[in-house]
Amino acid sequence: MKALILLSSLGVIALLAEIFSFKKLLYPIVLLGLITTFVLNIFDWDTNKLYFKMVQFDNYAVAFSAVIIVIAFLWFIMAEGFFKEESNQTDYFTLVLFSLVGAVIMVSYSNMAMLFLGIEILSIPMYILAGSNKTDVSSNEAAFKYLIMGAFATGFLLFGIALIYGATGSFDLAGIAAAVTNGSAVSSIFYVGVLLMLVGMAFKVSAAPFHFWAPDVYQGAPTVITAFMATIVKTAAFAAFLRLFSTTFMSVSGTWMHVVWVMAALTLLVGNITAVMQTSTKRMLAYSSVAHAGYMLLALLAGNSYSNSAILFYAAAYSIGSIATFSIVNIISKSKGTDTVDSFNGLGKSNPLLAVVMTIALLSLAGIPPTAGFFAKYYIFTSAFVAGNVSLVLIAIIASLIGVYYYFRIIIAMFFKHSSDETIAVESNHKLLLIVIAIAIIALGLMPDCIISLL
Amino acid sequence: MITLLLILFPLVASLLLFFVKGQQVKNIALGAAILEFAIAIFALSQFKQDASMQFEWNSAWVQSMGITFHVGIDGISMLLVLLTTFLVPVIILTSFKNDHKNPSAFYALILFMQMALLGVFVSLDGFLFYVFWELALLPIYFICLLWGGEDRARITFKFFVYTLAGSLFMLGGLIYLYLHTPGTHSFNIDAIYAAGRGMDVVHQGYVFWAMFIAFAIKMPIFPFHTWQPDTYTTAPTQGTMLLSGIMLKMGTFGLVRWLLPIAPLGVEHYANTAIGLAVIGIVYASCIAIVQKDFKRLIAYSSIAHVGLIAAGILSMNVQGVQGGMIQMLSHGVNVVGLFFIVDIIQRRTNTREIQSLGGIRNVNPQFAVLFLFILLGSVALPLTNGFVGEFLLLNGLFQHNAWIAAFAGLSVILGAVYMLRSYQSIMLGETNSITSSFAPLENSEKAVLLIICAAVIAFGVFPKPLLDISGPAVDQLVQGVQAALGK
Repeated sequence: MKALILLSSLGVIALLAEIFSFKKLLYPIVLLGLITTFVLNIFDWDTNKLYFKMVQFDNYAVAFSAVIIVIAFLWFIMAEGFFKEESNQTDYFTLVLFSLVGAVIMVSYSNMAMLFLGIEILSIPMYILAGSNKTDVSSNEAAFKYLIMGAFATGFLLFGIALIYGATGSFDLAGIAAAVTNGSAVSSIFYVGVLLMLVGMAFKVSAAPFHFWAPDVYQGAPTVITAFMATIVKTAAFAAFLRLFSTTFMSVSGTWMHVVWVMAALTLLVGNITAVMQTSTKRMLAYSSVAHAGYMLLALLAGNSYSNSAILFYAAAYSIGSIATFSIVNIISKSKGTDTVDSFNGLGKSNPLLAVVMTIALLSLAGIPPTAGFFAKYYIFTSAFVAGNVSLVLIAIIASLIGVYYYFRIIIAMFFKHSSDETIAVESNHKLLLIVIAIAIIALGLMPDCIISLL
Repeated sequence: MITLLLILFPLVASLLLFFVKGQQVKNIALGAAILEFAIAIFALSQFKQDASMQFEWNSAWVQSMGITFHVGIDGISMLLVLLTTFLVPVIILTSFKNDHKNPSAFYALILFMQMALLGVFVSLDGFLFYVFWELALLPIYFICLLWGGEDRARITFKFFVYTLAGSLFMLGGLIYLYLHTPGTHSFNIDAIYAAGRGMDVVHQGYVFWAMFIAFAIKMPIFPFHTWQPDTYTTAPTQGTMLLSGIMLKMGTFGLVRWLLPIAPLGVEHYANTAIGLAVIGIVYASCIAIVQKDFKRLIAYSSIAHVGLIAAGILSMNVQGVQGGMIQMLSHGVNVVGLFFIVDIIQRRTNTREIQSLGGIRNVNPQFAVLFLFILLGSVALPLTNGFVGEFLLLNGLFQHNAWIAAFAGLSVILGAVYMLRSYQSIMLGETNSITSSFAPLENSEKAVLLIICAAVIAFGVFPKPLLDISGPAVDQLVQGVQAALGK
């Protein structure tokens, strides 16, 4: 709850910055604010407080909030250039901060109304931010597409909520769960409601076959915003998805398990196979982000004691890796004007630091030990194995082998191909960020216990 | 403690090497590798020659998953630790005449590789084993990608994906075993052994194939060998040596340490299939080796034949077979490094590896011819060379399993003599031609490497007993355990 209050106040402060003209100070204030939020958030650990039956800060919510805040902090450092370039930077600060508020609500809701509010608070700023590169047609297209598709998904979600309310007479998660176990809610509209909500959530996490918006939006939006969507938005959406389906709807898992099974298999294959065919690295990472949703669906589907920590760890590992890759893609495309795989040629020679960090991040995304991504995949596979989804694990293994192919295309381009490009100048705090991320990826891979023992 | 030191020292050395500039990095790398060998020798001096697990180090790693950082050395590990620590300085020494671009990264990767390989050989935790197993793949991939020959991007990528696919099967098998361990589950080697032995023959069969495919790809055994000739040929000489001299032994070691004790029923059930594949590989690779024109490729194929025999011997699950496998891992490692170095010496002087276009080098450089001959005789397993001891035991073990299979596998000795002696004949003997007439004398570092290897070839051919004694008790215990599990 403290995190929620502090983040909202930060958002308001950012709005005031324009009026009281302390725009220059805003960036350090926000970074400091995020650190404070992180610390205060920790104090909610083990309190398990329920606020007005609307949000509940159990350990699940605190852990996911912590991950989101850390990723947001890294993201702000990565996005420094974005805020500097833009003329109305305070607006963007506000939008991003409110979007974080939405993310924290999405991981802590205990009422359908809050789920809906969280998703909207998160999404509406994202629609604007996706179009923040106003002179660029594809950025406008991205914003428009994202808005239409997002609104569509919200429609499904709301319809689902309405039907479930109709069947159970409650918005409260505990109330719904109780109604289901009483047997009073076993009318067909309840199941339809569950499936409609599933569709809505699948849109948000970009699971196939509801992933079509993701590549276009990810590619069109400014790269830093894409990084935000691929990490924080995805983490929050998965946390919300899991919170709902692993508790309230678990007792009717027969209704949605098979659907999720098919979605997971499709997402893994479609995401990975389509990524292979991309020449633009940004679009490739967009498809890889779809594919990673597939792995997380495996843990969601398993619905056992491993699921929560598996998704928490996977989201953290994947987000950290993605921040690094997107930030390097951003640097490359800024300096070379293109983000094709070929633009990485010879990076191993011209910018060894970028190349090494990119390699570590890609190895993590591909799931090669000793990186965080490996342990994340391992943990997901174990949870699926325990649940008896052996065939899905096999599909996931094949999918990760395909994944190796396109991630290694960049590695090969960096170290094997040659180009005469000059060294790209990188700001020193950006370099520091990349080094920290590289160390974090390996440290998480070597000491995964610090996250998985939380939940 | 000393086991931990063996793993950590090359890791630290490797990380430091990244920051050393210039060609003097060779000397530092060599110094580090020799120091590491000294640590291994010290471990050997403290080693009690019995079947027990020694120098154990066990600390918690991922507690919630029952994963520990558990390492230790018994006789089986000791031999491979010695092999690794002995070969790495030799391999570094072989590179003294090559000026690699970016040398600090090159040597750092070699030492990093050494760390991972040692980790594989001393792991006593299934998860740890897997992590080291994969960790060994990364440095060798980059060594081949960055310093390899033509078309290396495609070939090394095939190698990477092939072995990674195999490893993922093994990971699946390990998770499967892990979930069959009692209580809150554990990856500890004893728990994994117990879990495996508790299964019936069908489930042990699943485990057998999951792990066997991973090991078979690494070695490689027919029909999983298709990555190997290309990779060995395009890799830089030191990369080829690491791959064939040490990394290949990860597969055969995996059979001994993990596969036999975990799934004895599964191994027994599928032994004939697996040994059959290995023996087909022996004959097939030998035949292809005979018609090779490229000397490096010839040795690559000969390596498939040798490792096929090692695998067949180990899978026959008797004392002679397993012990022969252990000894032959050592001999093959030493000999194959020597042979690839000879290829490198010839190639650097004549710019060709084509057997037919060479000839008469003995007339120009008799010293080289003698050293080459010793290594070659070790490789064709002449009595009183190191190759003989292992091969004799392996064929003996295989014969106890099945005389017919042993007879076929014995062809490897004959065919090996055919392709090795024929290539020696056309490279070293005959008329000196325009390519070989200017064959320069050996440099000191080259002489040193060849002399060290020749000394090892003869010393362990004449006195194999010290080596046999190291692994003997551990192998006896292992085979007894396996036989007991089979109810014999």
